[in-house]
Parts: sequence; C-alpha cells; structure tokens
Amino acid sequence: MTMNAIEVRDLTRRFGGFVAVDRVTFEVREGEIFGFLGSNGAGKSTTIRMLCGLLKPTSGTARVGGVDVGRDPEAVKQRIGYMSQKFSLYEALTIDQNIEFFSGLYGLDRRTGRDRRAFVLKMAGLEGREHTLAGDLPGGWRQRLALGCAILHQPPVLFLDEPTGGVDPLSRREFWTLIEAMAASGVTVLVTTHYLDEAEHCHRLAILHAGRLAAIGSITELREVFADRPIVEVQSTDPVALMNALADHPDVEKTSVFGTAVHAVLKRETDVRRFIAGLGDGLTASPVAPSLEDVFLDVVEQAQSPEPKA
Amino acid sequence: MRKVLAVGRKEMRQILRDRRTLLILLFVPAFFLLLYGYALNFDIRHIPLAVDDRDKSSDSRELVAAFVNSGYFDLVAGVGSPSEIERLMDLNRVRAALVIPEGLSRDLRSGRDVSVQVLVDGDNANTATTVLGYSSAIVRTVSRQLRIERGGRVAPPRVLLEPRIWYNPELRSTLFLVPGLIAYICMITAVVSTALSIVREKERGTMEQVQMAPLGTMSYVVGKTVPYFVVSLASAVVIVVVSMALFGLPMRGSWGMLLLALSLFIVGALATGLWISTIADTQQTAFQLALLSSFLPTLMLSGFIFPISSMPAAIRAVTYVVPARYFLVALRGIVLKGAPPSTYSFALSMLVVYAVGMLSLAAFRLSRQRTA
Ligand SMILES: Nc1ncnc2c1ncn2[C@@H]1O[C@H](COP(=O)(O)OP(=O)(O)OP(=O)(O)O)[C@@H](O)[C@H]1O
Ligand SMILES: [Mg+2]
Repeated sequence: MTMNAIEVRDLTRRFGGFVAVDRVTFEVREGEIFGFLGSNGAGKSTTIRMLCGLLKPTSGTARVGGVDVGRDPEAVKQRIGYMSQKFSLYEALTIDQNIEFFSGLYGLDRRTGRDRRAFVLKMAGLEGREHTLAGDLPGGWRQRLALGCAILHQPPVLFLDEPTGGVDPLSRREFWTLIEAMAASGVTVLVTTHYLDEAEHCHRLAILHAGRLAAIGSITELREVFADRPIVEVQSTDPVALMNALADHPDVEKTSVFGTAVHAVLKRETDVRRFIAGLGDGLTASPVAPSLEDVFLDVVEQAQSPEPKA
Repeated sequence: MRKVLAVGRKEMRQILRDRRTLLILLFVPAFFLLLYGYALNFDIRHIPLAVDDRDKSSDSRELVAAFVNSGYFDLVAGVGSPSEIERLMDLNRVRAALVIPEGLSRDLRSGRDVSVQVLVDGDNANTATTVLGYSSAIVRTVSRQLRIERGGRVAPPRVLLEPRIWYNPELRSTLFLVPGLIAYICMITAVVSTALSIVREKERGTMEQVQMAPLGTMSYVVGKTVPYFVVSLASAVVIVVVSMALFGLPMRGSWGMLLLALSLFIVGALATGLWISTIADTQQTAFQLALLSSFLPTLMLSGFIFPISSMPAAIRAVTYVVPARYFLVALRGIVLKGAPPSTYSFALSMLVVYAVGMLSLAAFRLSRQRTA
C-alpha cells in the first residue's frame, strides 16, 4: 500500500472577508504527479503557500510528509522543495553563486553541497555555464536552474507553482521529462498549470474554482462527467455562427468553439446518430471523446451555477 | 551558522556587484556637501551664551544687557571661572562666552581702552563666524554709546573685542561637516540600502523563495544586516581617515570611543531600515519612508546644517527623537574636541535607547509577518 505524501482536510484561508481557499480536501500519494488546474485567482498559489508553511490556514489541516503544517511549519520546510510562479533566483548572481546560496540556506555541508551542485548542473544542462549571471539565461534554462535550486536538499515533496509560465514549448517538454523522471524516483510532485495539455502529464488532477475544489481524479475519471452526455464535433468555416445556430437546437445543452470546430454537448440520452443525420448537408460531424478542455469548462460552469444541475 | 554565512556572503556579493550604485550613493552627495558646505550661511539666533563678569559694575552690566537685548544671544549661565566655560562648551550648553575683565569700569573712567573677550565654539564654522560678527557689532555700539556719555574729552576710551575661537581656530567648516557627513552616509548605507535590499527581495519574489527554506528569522536578519554594518562602518572610518589626511581633521579623542559611537548609531540605523522593510511593499515606498524618517531629519534636524539652538521651540522638541542629533554631539566631542567621555555619555546612552527601541519594533513586526 502506498502512503499519502500530502493530506489536506477542509483547508480554508480567508483574507479579511474574502475566502481565497474554501474547505479544500484531497490526498496526494507518494511518487504521484498531482496537477492543480484553475483560472486566475482560483486559489492555487494560496493553497500551495499554506502547504509550504508560508501562510497560516484559517481553518482545516494539512499534513505534508507526515508533518502537520499548521503545528510545525519549520519542520515541513526541510522536507519540501518549492518553485514559485515568478522566477525567484538572484539575477545579479551567477548560476554557481545561486546554487551555493541555496545549499547554504538548507544547511548542506561542503561535500554534499559539491555533489548536489554537480548533479543539478548536469540535470539542468547548465554545465560549463557556472559563471553566467542567472539574469542572462533564456527562459527555459532559468526554469531548470530554479528547479535545480529547489531540489538541492533532495526533498521528497516538490511544489511547483506554474513552473512553465512563459517558456517555449520545447523547453516545456524537456522540463516535464525532468519532472516525470523525478516522480519515477519516488518524489511527490504537486504542480499548478494553466496549460491544459500539460495536465496530460499528471497522474491525477484537481480543478479549483473560486477557492473550491470543483472536481478531482485522473483524466479518465474526470471525463466521467460526460458519461451520459455525448459530444459531437462539427467542422465549419464560420464556427461562431455555427455555434450560435447550434445553441438553439433542442437536443444541444451547450456549445463551445475549438479552433475551426464547434463542440456541441448533447442533452442526456440523445441519439447521436439521429442528431448528426438531422444536421443537414455540408457539415462534417462526428462524435468525439471529451477533451480536457471540455471537462474543465463543464466543471467550472457547474461550480459557478448557483443550483446544482439535476 | 552556515545559513547565516550563506545569507551574508550572498548579500555582500550583491553589494559589490552593485558598486556603481554604491559609489554614486556615497560619493556624489559627499562631494556636493563639501562643495556647498563653504557656501552655507544662515541667520543664527538664540545662541546660548555664558557670561563671566568679573567687573560687576553698571558699565559691565550694560554690556551684558546689550548682548541679550540684541536677540542673538540667550544668557544661559553666569560663570566664575574659565574652566567652567570649558565644561559648558564641552557639554554643548553654551556656544559662546563673554568674559569681562576686572577693572573695566575703572579703566574706562580713567580714559584707558579696555578689551573684553568673546569665546566662540568653533566646531561649527558657520555659526562661529556669524557669532563673531554679531559680537563685534554689539561691542562697537556699546563702545560708541559710552563715549558719547562720557563725551567732551580729547580721546575717549574704547571698548575692544578680543575674539577667541575654541576647538577649530581657523574656522574650517569642512571639519564641522565631517561628523555630519558620517551621519549622512551611515544613514544611506544602513537605512536606505537595508530597507531597499529587503523590499527588493519582496518585489522580485526571492524573499518568498528564501522563506520557503528552513531559516530562522534571526539568521536571516543577521546575515542580511551584518554586511551593511561592515560597509557603513568602513565608509565612516574612511571618511575620518581621509579628512585627517586632506583637511587636517584632528582626531583628539580615542578611536575606541569613535567606533563605539559609530556602531551604536549604525545599529539603530539598520534597525530603522529593517522596520521600514516590514512596512513597505515597494522600493519606492521604502525609499520615501527612509527619506522622511531618517534622511531628512539627519540633514535638517540634527544640527548638521541648521544649529539646533536657533530652531523654533516646536521643531527643537522634534530633534530630541532624531538619533543623528546625539550622534553628532558624541562625534564632535570625540573627534573635534577630545572631550572627556562624561560630556557625551548622555548622547551615547540615547543612541543605545534608540537602537534598542527600533530593534524591538522591527523584531515585533517581523515576527508578526512570519505567522501571516
Ligand atoms: N495576501 C493576500 N491578501 C489578500 N488577498 C489575497 C492575498 N493573496 C491572494 N489573495 C487573493 O486570493 C485569491 C486567490 O489567489 P491565488 O494567488 O491563490 O490564485 P491563483 O489560483 O494562484 O491564481 P493565478 O493563476 O493568477 O496564479 C485572489 O483573488 C487573490 O487576489
Ligand atoms: Mg498563482
């Protein structure tokens, strides 16, 4: 049986009267890559900051690596690595000096420090660039250096807050290769992202909306929300007009545009073949599996509507 | 300890890498102050005056009254000996003293010229020059009056002024500026740089990264401030040494005392910077706070440029909470006068009070932020 690296119960944080995180409950297993999805202001960063012991929860509990964060925030810090949403290394210092600084902060002795430095430089592909200023590095390299500095002390749990923001697609893919390798070696990773395609790398996902946990599970599990509502993709040269036309169709629950196509979510128990046949000529339509974007939009929409859908 | 070292080393590297800013911050103002220092001239009033009247005649009383009624002098003490004057000047209780010799009245009546002495504390060259100007004008007026009263003789006697300037006989204002300059530079390196460097870390997000590490607040604060302490202390010592070499600044007191006064002042300033950094979220706010809380008071309210004794009472009251005020008293006592420690021990203890108070304030705010 695998252990839970992170256990969160009814975690809540208020800023004045505003509830940024509202009774969030979830677990992350050891060695799992757990993704946090959510639009801006959903409360992703606030949750992570509470888990790292940087912010006190208003109520609820969180255990990270077996330590109660609310009780002993300092003990948690030695067990976690954290990479913030903003690039947060010293741009005026060289790569080497940044690594040396963070080794010192985590109290690594000289020998361990040297070994870890070599490991991190190799992992991040920064060998030979030790004396470059961190501020002069291109985005992708900075990201890898930041990751390197976050894992110098070999933390079993890693929190990554939008690690790939503003990084080119190739670097993003390389970055995810690193993350997957780390998870394979037993490191637990909690990562937030805006890129839905990146969510495919996560073993399980949580969708946060307005401080609440709106859905949780693996991608397959999340797709279950569409279990009895088929989705039909219709191609068109004018998707917006088509979307408006379809929205009034009696069998259609809702529509959304995906590039040059429209996804129409059909009402429960609708016969897909009859629906497609009824669309008429000139339109290419086929049933599709729900994409993560369909899922995300649907979950957020349901979380927003005041009364739960029947 | 390893963690404190890591923070300190990193901070020192950042300071050194930023040395152009450091140079601009330190030397441009110093240069301009030296330049303008000679040109500064102010209307000075209410100069505290001690009088040693050894004649005790109506003529001598008339002379004293002329000084007091001029509005430029406030009679704060009647004294009976030169050593008493020296003591009062060391304590900064008086800035000038009038010594009227025995036999003034008798000599005048028998038609002889007499000299009265005016002793001026020269450590502020601007004030000293002005004081001398006032004194000679007053003495000349009195002399003329006496001659009219006693008129009719062939050659009526005159009252002459015999000026004596203590501590800085050549009235070199550079010398007077040096202690103020040290205060000013300590303020920049200690208050402004500390506050800015911490707030910059908040702005850039490096602060958050550091807070994620298992590092006590104390380690962070110590590692962060010690480099600025070293830089401030070093620049102060450099200024003293350079002034000794270039402007002939006397170092009359002990180096140990100088370092003690400097350290106390710098610790207070560092604590102020720390406190500002707990309030401000942007470098701009931090800079403005530093300007208002430390920078301007050091320039305007410490007695550096404007003598405290000639300030309106309300403003003078404010100067009591300006640490630079006490720092300047101590520094002038040590460097320019070589006065005994008892004369500035009060100033030093006020610096201790300020440093302790500011440190507690900063520590309190830090610990509250820590558990946000
Ligand atoms: N210190 C604070 N004081 C007041 N409000 C805050 C504070 N920190 C965050 N908030 C608010 O809490 C809400 C959630 O913020 P949070 O940063 O957790 O969102 P997020 O999901 O990380 O968003 P993003 O994708 O933009 O990073 C926001 O509305 C934010 O304005
Ligand atoms: Mg965020």
